[in-house]
Amino acid sequence: MDNLIALLIAAPLLGAAVLLCGGRRLDKIGHWLGTLLAASSFVIGLVLFADMLGRSADDRAMYQHLFSWIPVGGFQADIAFQLDQLSMTFVLLITGVGTLIHVYSIGYMEHDERRRRFFGYLNLFVAAMLLLVLADNYLLLYFGWEGVGLASYLLIGFWQHKPSAATAAKKAFLVNRVGDIGLSIAIMLMFTTFGTFAFGPVLESAGETSEGKLTAIGLMLLLAACGKSAQVPLQSWLGDAMEGPTPVSALIHAATMVTAGVYLIVRSADIFNAAPDAQLVVTVVGAVTLLFGAIVGCAKDDIKKALAGSTMSQIGYMILAAGLGPIGYAFAIMHLVTHGFFKAGLFLGAGSVMHGMNDEVDMRKYGGLRKYMPVTFVTFGLGYLAIIGFPGLSGFFSKDKIIEAAFAKGGTEGWILGAVTLLGAAITAYYMTRVMLMTFFGEKRWQPDAEGREPHPHESPKSMTIPMVLLAFGSVFAGGVFGIGDRFVTWLEPVTAFEHGHPPISAGAITSATVAVMVIGVGIAYLQYGRRPVPVVAPRGSLLTRAARRDLLQDDFNHAVFVTGGTHLTRSLVYVDHSLVDGVVNGTAAGVGGLSGRLRKLQNGYVRSYAVSMFGGTAVLIAATLLMRAV
Amino acid sequence: MNALAVHSLWTTAAEPLNKIPAPKIEYTQLAPVLIVVGAAVLSVLVEAFVPRKGRYFSQLFLSVAALAASFAAVVGLAAGGYGTTKARIAAMGAIAVDGPALFLQGTILLASIVAVFTFAERRLDPADHGHQVDSFAAEAAAVPGGDHEKAAVKAGFTTTEVFPLALFAVAGMLVFPAANDLLTLFIALEVFSLPLYLLCALARRKRLLSQEAALKYFLLGAFSSAFLLFGIALLYGYAGSVSYATIAGVVDGSVSSVNPALADTMGNDALLLIGFALLLMGLLFKVGAVPFHMWTPDVYQGAPTPVTGFMAAATKVAAFGALLRLLYVVLPGLTWDWRPVMWGVAIVTMLGGAVVAITQTDIKRLLAYSSIAHAGFLLAGVIAATPSGISSVLFYLGAYSFVTIGAFAVVTLVRDAGGEATHLSKWAGLGRRSPLVAAVFAVFLLAFAGIPLTSGFSGKFAVFKAAAEGGAGALVVVGVLASAIAAFFYIRVIVLMFFSEPKADGPTVAVPSVLTTLTITTGVVVTLLLGFAPQYFLDLAGQAGVFVR
Repeated sequence: MDNLIALLIAAPLLGAAVLLCGGRRLDKIGHWLGTLLAASSFVIGLVLFADMLGRSADDRAMYQHLFSWIPVGGFQADIAFQLDQLSMTFVLLITGVGTLIHVYSIGYMEHDERRRRFFGYLNLFVAAMLLLVLADNYLLLYFGWEGVGLASYLLIGFWQHKPSAATAAKKAFLVNRVGDIGLSIAIMLMFTTFGTFAFGPVLESAGETSEGKLTAIGLMLLLAACGKSAQVPLQSWLGDAMEGPTPVSALIHAATMVTAGVYLIVRSADIFNAAPDAQLVVTVVGAVTLLFGAIVGCAKDDIKKALAGSTMSQIGYMILAAGLGPIGYAFAIMHLVTHGFFKAGLFLGAGSVMHGMNDEVDMRKYGGLRKYMPVTFVTFGLGYLAIIGFPGLSGFFSKDKIIEAAFAKGGTEGWILGAVTLLGAAITAYYMTRVMLMTFFGEKRWQPDAEGREPHPHESPKSMTIPMVLLAFGSVFAGGVFGIGDRFVTWLEPVTAFEHGHPPISAGAITSATVAVMVIGVGIAYLQYGRRPVPVVAPRGSLLTRAARRDLLQDDFNHAVFVTGGTHLTRSLVYVDHSLVDGVVNGTAAGVGGLSGRLRKLQNGYVRSYAVSMFGGTAVLIAATLLMRAV
Repeated sequence: MNALAVHSLWTTAAEPLNKIPAPKIEYTQLAPVLIVVGAAVLSVLVEAFVPRKGRYFSQLFLSVAALAASFAAVVGLAAGGYGTTKARIAAMGAIAVDGPALFLQGTILLASIVAVFTFAERRLDPADHGHQVDSFAAEAAAVPGGDHEKAAVKAGFTTTEVFPLALFAVAGMLVFPAANDLLTLFIALEVFSLPLYLLCALARRKRLLSQEAALKYFLLGAFSSAFLLFGIALLYGYAGSVSYATIAGVVDGSVSSVNPALADTMGNDALLLIGFALLLMGLLFKVGAVPFHMWTPDVYQGAPTPVTGFMAAATKVAAFGALLRLLYVVLPGLTWDWRPVMWGVAIVTMLGGAVVAITQTDIKRLLAYSSIAHAGFLLAGVIAATPSGISSVLFYLGAYSFVTIGAFAVVTLVRDAGGEATHLSKWAGLGRRSPLVAAVFAVFLLAFAGIPLTSGFSGKFAVFKAAAEGGAGALVVVGVLASAIAAFFYIRVIVLMFFSEPKADGPTVAVPSVLTTLTITTGVVVTLLLGFAPQYFLDLAGQAGVFVR
């Protein structure tokens, strides 16, 4: 059974290879082939899952050693896989949601002439993401990490004829590079500290290492997580990444890849547990991003960018939970899975709306779509209820647990984190209600597009609605299935360890508060967008609104500090290079050349001076020999 | 003195001389040398008795056959274990038959065969009065530009004497690294030097330059021979013997009182050290080390290019062989004395050769300075004073000689109206006009520069590794710096050939006969082979790296 693990990755990898190298002959069947291979990976995942359930909780991890990758002395890198409960969770999420989105893409990308290539990239992504979560060492994880980065780059820039898409791809790539450097430094630190980077030995001996080193490794891992998961301060790429086709936004930039940072931190739990300072920074990053993303989400009129802000905010919740230690790891992953369902559903819904609206993304030009797209409306609505934490739906169970855990952190920190998570819940309810109302309620505000085409909103084809319906089921029931009776926590406990948090106020009170702030958020949004007509042209808005529309000035900040600063730095380095380094180099060359010219004059062609040179040389030789003896 | 005493003196002297034992000569083990010497003598007879028309072919055939047979003999001896287990001193202690000797003899013979091919090349120069001509003067004794010379050219005379001269030189070179006493060393030196002086004077074009080069070479060679001989005399005074083994024994104190007549001088360290220094100078002159190098550029430039290639390769091999034997067999007891001195010589040689080469404008002079720098790199390996030092130098010599002969063979191809176009400016844009020739030359230049995947890299790496392991790390640093300087002028020629516009009146590349083609091809093949797969040859040199004592 262990040997099936490699097949999980091999199936989509084969798909990527065939689709990308196959050429036009495969245009007709490419999408079916890609979907089939993703689905077969899911089936293999299910088989492994069933096998895993049949064993006792402590004996569930499976290993497969494929081959020795880089054996050099003490440096041993293997292609080896580890499939435990944590990896299993991800495998099912990636292949399950991934397959649904493959199906959805068949309809969504129907009119795109490069559809075969699109499916090739999607398969490549699935393979790389599976490699990331199945690796049994950090180096192989890094390989997958870069692989998903590549796939993300290719897919964000899939419509490369649009300059905005090409720029967005480049931006995502560059910002991720910063995070990737963090991961590479972390791996190097691990190698110097532990002499290996395999999960087993590193995590086992983490407790016996000095806290300083672990803090350094932890912070570098956090930097990596910030890059991949769009956390402050490396969050700026995610909004622009919405330039990619919507299925990509749903799969990569909502459900799976952006959560890789959470996986990394939870996987490295033993390192963070022994480095409280690093953990604190993790919670701070999570808390800041939670509010940052939520605020940005409130101000965006582009439906995908509003959802992107929401994604950022929800991952902020997960990172925060992961920073809380054993009381939060399981809830971080649980929220990750439920979020995977409802956020993917929301994005697919948004894609369905765009599909019917001539690719219009401005919510101010929607309105009243519930009548035209009933299936989309219902599935999107269920996703909406899930994300705002409506009692009984997925988001309610997972988010409520995180808020409880935040309070349980204890002390002033606990109160602050708890308050932030509650505030975040209120804002989430606000901006999601805003999206819902602007899109599906109110009167229609459609306008002909630039080419004068009047939109004819219509329901999307079956290939798109069926995945949405399935994801809606997940959005509704996943939380209950996981949360009731602590099933999910028990499932993950052997990997992440679990402690019950003890919040300073009763769990019932917290739940009530969560529901209350949710109702408040919904209410404010209703007052603003439900009772009053939505203007087609956005009003000027307050200072905060304007800042939030500009992503809280993140790009202005980056430009002022890094672009301008970097330009000045390179200019001064170029100056130093030209004047100092080149001066030394050219000076040396000129010196050698001049010496050569002078020495050359000694070669004057006269035998007599040659003989003198030989005679002198002999004298020196004799003198030196005698001197050596005398010394 | 009374009558009786006088009588006894007479009678003693009159006794039969049957007490002198007949020398025991191991003919099979000396076969490589004997074959070449015999062929050389035969070659003189060919010159005397075979009609002019038939001489060229018979001489070429005789030379190549003799060299090949001699090489076969070397291989046979090596296969018979004379390089390792059965290594011995032959010919009454005069000649050593051991690993280094056989390895170097093999190298010299192979290099000589390909060099003789370039000697015999007759396609490069346009036919003169209907006669195919080679690189050598029609009649060497004729005054340059005189009527006699014109008549000789018209008559189609050629100097086929170059073949016996080359054979004699090869014979001397074969003995030189194998010599096991100082007198044999000296005689071998003279046997290979005198023919070389003559060969240098025989250029067909630019005869005055050629004769000047020969005269300089002769004068300075004689000068250095005098030093060498004086050094031998002093060492004899010190040890009472010219035998390597005996001198080594006296140096380390295991042998004493060889000759009662020399009781006053024996064991006098001043004699030893001064004698050693003079002997060293004589050998350093031959390898072209700074400050005894000044003949090199002038002679390399003036000599006929095939001779330059032969000399640059084979002489260096022979001289380094003798130097190794001197330092490792005769004077291992003096290691602490000679190492610092050799350090100094190696450093000035590496840097001097590389630095002065930068401003050269003539390709042959450039290669001459390059050979000086390479002598420095080789000295670094010699200084290692370890077995790996010996084997790395052996390998380097083998690699270097083929690169050198190949490079000079390419130089003979690039010609204009005045013969070979050796000025560097003429080589501009050669890569556009004759890509193949330029590419081949680029391979040789990269090998000289020590770029990986060429024999130059393998050799230099081996030598520097040995030096570093032998405790000469600083020397390796200097060597690498000198290599960096040297890379500049090698690469500059490549840039000149490939990235400059060809000149309108630029030289043409002559199409050679199969002889030169064979030489160049061999050079390229060996260069790349030793670059890609050096291990077999490194192992071979490693096995051969033990001197018999």
